[in-house]
Amino acid sequence: MIVAEQKPLEDIIRMISPYERVLILGCGTCMTVCDAGGESEVAFLRNALQLAQTRSGEVNHTFSEHTVKRQCDPEFLEVLDEKAADVDVILSLGCGIGVQAIAERLPDMPVLPGVNTSFMGMTKESGVWDERCAACGECRLEDTAGICPITRCTKGILNGPCAGVKNGKCEANKDMDCAWILIYQRLERLQQLDRMRRYYPPRNFRAIPRPRRIMSKVEIAAGESDG
Amino acid sequence: MANSLFEEKLGSNDFLVTTEVGPPKSVDVTETIHHIKLLKDKVDAINITDHQSSVMRFPSIGGCLLVKELDGEPILQMTCRDRNRLALQAELLLAYSRGITNVLCLTGDSVDVGDHKDAKPVFDLDSVQLLRMIRTLESGVDMGGNELGAAPKFCIGTSVHPEADFIEPQLIKFDKKVAAGAQFFQTQGIFDLASLRRFMQYASQFDVKILAGIIVLSSAGMARYMNKNVPGIIIGQSLIDEMATVEKGKGLEKGIEIAARFIKTIKEENLCHGVHIMAVGNESIVPDILEAAELVRASR
Repeated sequence: MIVAEQKPLEDIIRMISPYERVLILGCGTCMTVCDAGGESEVAFLRNALQLAQTRSGEVNHTFSEHTVKRQCDPEFLEVLDEKAADVDVILSLGCGIGVQAIAERLPDMPVLPGVNTSFMGMTKESGVWDERCAACGECRLEDTAGICPITRCTKGILNGPCAGVKNGKCEANKDMDCAWILIYQRLERLQQLDRMRRYYPPRNFRAIPRPRRIMSKVEIAAGESDG
Repeated sequence: MANSLFEEKLGSNDFLVTTEVGPPKSVDVTETIHHIKLLKDKVDAINITDHQSSVMRFPSIGGCLLVKELDGEPILQMTCRDRNRLALQAELLLAYSRGITNVLCLTGDSVDVGDHKDAKPVFDLDSVQLLRMIRTLESGVDMGGNELGAAPKFCIGTSVHPEADFIEPQLIKFDKKVAAGAQFFQTQGIFDLASLRRFMQYASQFDVKILAGIIVLSSAGMARYMNKNVPGIIIGQSLIDEMATVEKGKGLEKGIEIAARFIKTIKEENLCHGVHIMAVGNESIVPDILEAAELVRASR
């Protein structure tokens, strides 16, 4: 899933300052799981903004709230056509993709990012999320015992550990495990150390020309048979 | 014919001595020139470091040009941290055209340990890939498969970490570096000769030259600081205790004595093929170490 953190309240207050009627829009998928922008975070943020406004003594905004199943899917944004008619701005608690999907759907509506989208990762324990995938477009987890060196090694190097590892930890962050020590240990356990002995050539960055697009192969095949 | 004076020495049975000079964070290279002049005839080659510890400085290639101007033998340290494959290849073309033909291929320290922590870390290549890239250039083509008008020839080396606490993955990487064409290794700092002995039992099966890295300590505090902050450095307590026995201000003398003792033992026991002395900011004391280690030679 995509992991994000809500922006500091003062940043959000600054962003919404030019607008009167603010729709706070949550996302029911990743942002709900990482506690950054689901239904309960939307309600909490609305209360916080209202409280801040009351304390400041200046009432400039009215707030409404709504949460869609997924902001990154046009199908779930149809509801906005109606809701947007009554507001001046949408404060999205979706990830960066959600914000852009709304901007594409509503050409005349300003949309603000309420979270900082951080990475693709997993829940490590309650309230802790760890990055696990860099979306490099060329998955090599087969050769690295299911542990990604591109994401989990701070240098993203492919041919084994650098010399900065100490006590199995990374030179860049002494609390972070060295990805290559983890890979070595797991390959050894799986009796696949020969995979680490192989030479891996430099990455092909053409695998990630930005922005990327994926076309469903099923549709293409169907299209071909139709033609 | 050898590609450099240093490569010629690698082919001999001489006990090799290299050292390093760190360029300044300045446009004033007076002190660097002074260090190069002081050392160039006392060692087999001088490494010029490449923004060591990820601290921005005068570049390695610039320092190597100074060494050439002063008729010394430079080793260009080249890390993958700051340049992508285009920039690395271009710099190698420049180096060769100016007679700089020894290259030490390194992955490079993390940006996070340096003085520009917000910088974009590049690492388009790693050290093994850099070694192979140089061999590719030598074959007359670049990494894009395009022909070079004229091809360079280099003498290439890299590093290895015999004191790593997880040694097996480091040895796998060592094998890959040998297979990639590394001719010499300057090891990370050696603080325990037992680990060097163990490493050489393994490494001696390969046709490469190993120069043991000798880091000169200047105080017990510096040793503790390095343990804490310098990537990969592991200094044992007995060495720190020995540094702590001397009175304030005499630390560097003790450091010189320890470095010379290590070097003498390595040479007498024929543990490896030479030493690489890293004085970390105290370049001017390298001649004292050589004297104490009885390595003073007639000018080359």
